[in-house]
Amino acid sequence: MSTLEDEVSILRRIPLFSAIDPGKLKLLAFASDRQTYHDGQTLFHQGEVGDAAYVIVSGIADVIITIDGNDVSVAELKENDFIGEIAILCDMPRTATIRAKGELDTLKIKKEHFLGLIEDAPQLGIAVMRELALRLSKTTAELSEARQQLALKAS
Amino acid sequence: MEPNLLKYVWRHSRKDQLWMLVIILFSMPTYFLSLELPKRIINGPIQGVGFEQPGDVGRFLETYLPIPNWILGDPILLFGGFELERIPFLMALSLTFLGLVAANGMFKLYINTFKGRMGERILRRLRFELFDRVLRYPLPRFRRTKSSEVATMIKDEVEPMGEFIGDAYTLPLFLGGQALTGMVFIFLQNIMLGIATLIIVLFQAWLIPRLRKRLIQLGKQRQIASRELAGRLGEVVDGIQDAHTNDTTNYERANISDILGRLYFIRFELFQRKFGVKFINNLLIQFLAFLFYAVGGYLAITGTLDIGQLVAVIAAYKDLPDPIRGLIDYDQRRLTVEVRYEQIVEQFAADNLQDPATQKVAEGPVPRLEKGFDISNLAVTDEMGTKLIEKANAKIEIGERIAIVGPVNSGSHHMAEVLARVLKPTSGRVYVNNSSIDDLPEYITGRRIAYVDGGTFFPQNTIFNTLTYVLKNQPVSERELNAEEKSLYMTQLAETRRAANFDLDYRAQWIDYERAGAANKEELIKEVRSILVDVQLEEDIRGFGLRGTLDPKEYGELCDQLIIARKRFKSRLRELGFEDFVEPFEPDSYNTQASVAENLLFGTAIAPAYKPENLASNPIVKAVLIENDLENALFDMGKEVASTTVDLFGDLAPDNPFFDQLNYMDAEDLPEYKAALNRIGDLGISEIDTTDRLLIMKLPFSYTENKNRLGLLSDDLKERILVARKSLRATLGKMQASPVAFYETDSYNPAASVLDNVLLGRVSTNVAEGSERVDEAIKALLEEMGLTDDIFHIGLDFNIGTGGKRLSEIQRQKLHLARAMLKKPDFLIVNQALNSLDSRSQRDIIETVLDRAKNTDGHPCGVIWVPINPKISMLFDRVLLFSDGELVADGDPEELSKSETRYQDLLSA
Repeated sequence: MSTLEDEVSILRRIPLFSAIDPGKLKLLAFASDRQTYHDGQTLFHQGEVGDAAYVIVSGIADVIITIDGNDVSVAELKENDFIGEIAILCDMPRTATIRAKGELDTLKIKKEHFLGLIEDAPQLGIAVMRELALRLSKTTAELSEARQQLALKAS
Repeated sequence: MEPNLLKYVWRHSRKDQLWMLVIILFSMPTYFLSLELPKRIINGPIQGVGFEQPGDVGRFLETYLPIPNWILGDPILLFGGFELERIPFLMALSLTFLGLVAANGMFKLYINTFKGRMGERILRRLRFELFDRVLRYPLPRFRRTKSSEVATMIKDEVEPMGEFIGDAYTLPLFLGGQALTGMVFIFLQNIMLGIATLIIVLFQAWLIPRLRKRLIQLGKQRQIASRELAGRLGEVVDGIQDAHTNDTTNYERANISDILGRLYFIRFELFQRKFGVKFINNLLIQFLAFLFYAVGGYLAITGTLDIGQLVAVIAAYKDLPDPIRGLIDYDQRRLTVEVRYEQIVEQFAADNLQDPATQKVAEGPVPRLEKGFDISNLAVTDEMGTKLIEKANAKIEIGERIAIVGPVNSGSHHMAEVLARVLKPTSGRVYVNNSSIDDLPEYITGRRIAYVDGGTFFPQNTIFNTLTYVLKNQPVSERELNAEEKSLYMTQLAETRRAANFDLDYRAQWIDYERAGAANKEELIKEVRSILVDVQLEEDIRGFGLRGTLDPKEYGELCDQLIIARKRFKSRLRELGFEDFVEPFEPDSYNTQASVAENLLFGTAIAPAYKPENLASNPIVKAVLIENDLENALFDMGKEVASTTVDLFGDLAPDNPFFDQLNYMDAEDLPEYKAALNRIGDLGISEIDTTDRLLIMKLPFSYTENKNRLGLLSDDLKERILVARKSLRATLGKMQASPVAFYETDSYNPAASVLDNVLLGRVSTNVAEGSERVDEAIKALLEEMGLTDDIFHIGLDFNIGTGGKRLSEIQRQKLHLARAMLKKPDFLIVNQALNSLDSRSQRDIIETVLDRAKNTDGHPCGVIWVPINPKISMLFDRVLLFSDGELVADGDPEELSKSETRYQDLLSA
């Protein structure tokens, strides 16, 4: 049987939450649901509107993107990964489908609680911004690399 | 209606009133004798007058013709009587007295019973007559009628009339007779005194009505104000949500307070004046006494009147005030009641009441319509003179499937109302089945035409009864009664007829299965089900069935089946790999998905004192906790929960979204807990006051280990709760009726839902979509076991609540449509009825309804639909297009969409 304390320590391992005051983290743990998924069960589908983010406590999940009706597995997620936070930040549809690969144990954090915590703990807001900025720069770098390759091919 | 109450009473109780008069006359001699006899007993045997010598005898039952001496001279002896000695004579007279008193009492009893019954009968007649008028009001009138005012008029305002009706004729006659006798007697003794008395009485008769004029006005005002109060109270209750959402509760308070204030002043003035009138009455009557003593005495002293006459006059006078006062009181009551009656008659008067013939009961089956609608030059204007429809001409045949469309307020909506006979044409004609729709009895239009609009008010009832309401037009078969019930029913029926009430038996079988194309209840339910599938409501009904409770006495077999299902479900969970989805209730293990309260009770509360929120204050539970050394442990746990919660939530604003996860405490209670924790500190449970104790003890009971995850339940504590569970069960088992329905592997729990009974456990909150998947699995299992029909039946018994409020608006609208279809009409008119549904579902339902209409067992059904979304009209065979109250186009939707720009506009909107 897991207790709140266990979940607080799980949350603490997520970089995004590392700077947050322990009391607030406990509140977040209290408010989140421990959900287990069986092999093949989906957490959410691509295109759906998101209402929660997930922390993987144990197990592995596939990230699947549907292109022209075909499912392509593009990545794997593992313990301590945080999934789905983008969609709940800006009401965007999910960009991928997440499916459990074997037994998957997660902590489900509802959108309103995540946003509520950002309001309460500015450090979290900054951490989220930093994370997004990092991803943006990574994506930008990848984009320019792709463009270069494309230009090379064209010439 | 008869505008005068006395005339109304006379018309309906002439014979009874006369009969009562006869009885009263007959009772007079006995009454007179019972007053006379004591005097004889005292004067005769007791004082010994006529028994001076031993051996003297009295004559018992010596009877003279009861006519005063001054008319015939010597009295005429009718019966010589028996000669009796003093003591036997005393006994004989005393026994006679006893007999007379008893006879007197019997007369009184008979008269009162008779009067009461007469009053009640007329009351019943009056109430029914008023209700009958309500049913015949023209429909637009209901826009101005408050339902609670009608209710208070029929129920409360006529009530006092019942008492009055019995006295209406007999009392004034009786009292008047007495008063008149007194007057004549006084006149005979002395003309002067007689004249004086007459003058005073006449003066009274002149004065009192003048004083009462204001009383009558006040009475009227009081009635109107009371009715207004009832009307407003009803409105406030019906619109309670608006009062809250607009912060107008204080406006309503002021309004009701204002009416109450008006009522107070009216009532206060009323009884002030009433007592004033009473005072003047008494004064005048006492003035008579003065007159007799002063004037009579003077006359006696001067010798004009002898003492004997004076004494007789005074004696007669003593009897005079009572009947006169009685008459005055009677008059007062008459006035009050008459005012009420007139008020009510005025209220219920309506010029254009429906002809009773249109609502008569059909003789024999009602045939199908042979011809459809024929509308020519139809025009409709509303009360304000606004034109709703102008010059519409159309023919609609049976079996046609027509959509009436148009922009808002174009007349399309009103057209449907005219066809359904809800709205009356102002001019032009609407024919159906070759006769004017207004001339047809309602048993034709009401059965052959079905009408559904967006309004969904349903009286509180089960779903089945709500649906079959439309098939209850007249009893189809008599009630089966045994001899005893039959004779009781005949008595009731005779009484019903005497009060001119309605003599169709409400308790007979009213549901006309045949009209729904069914031979019996089973077939009807099948039909109901197929219709509910078509309107997409069947699954909801089964859901009600699954969430409903069952009485094992009534559904013994089904309960047994469900217990089998429970066992099979366990292995099913294993087959599906769902074992970890459900934590079963087992007598010897602690269920971590359930709260401490549920674990302790191990059952469903029947008595309110055993509901989880009340366990903390339940003395029996407390005793069990102490006995098992649990109270302190739970108290510590409560303190721990409270302090953790205060730590976690203490500094959050009460509207913070995190509070929705707090299931055992309200956000606004937090400060209270904080204060309580400070007060308690390290004190033990026995050292703190009750409020704090209850506050803290509430928490551990609702603590659910798996949900709240505070890690407060050690194995030892769980063990002790299991022991307490057994001892609580033993304690409750000794009670006559157990306040808790316990979970047992082999028996059905009547307090829990069907679903919970099959599950007999809790779905784990940790498994993703656990609850949905378990529900699906149970449904699938019940279907395999062939129990779906039964579940559907139970669902039909679901109580929809007042006004149908336990259903969603969508469910109500679907139900409304379903029951119109159940009528198997020749025309189904649907007027913007599904406006709460999304357009996809609307379209699906319309498609199935249109399909069904084509194939109703050889009889096509016409469908006339006013859709919310004009695009849906493309599904129909023909479109009537309205614009500004005019029927501007009529034809095939395909063609219209090419040729008619106004239709194109609608479609593209």
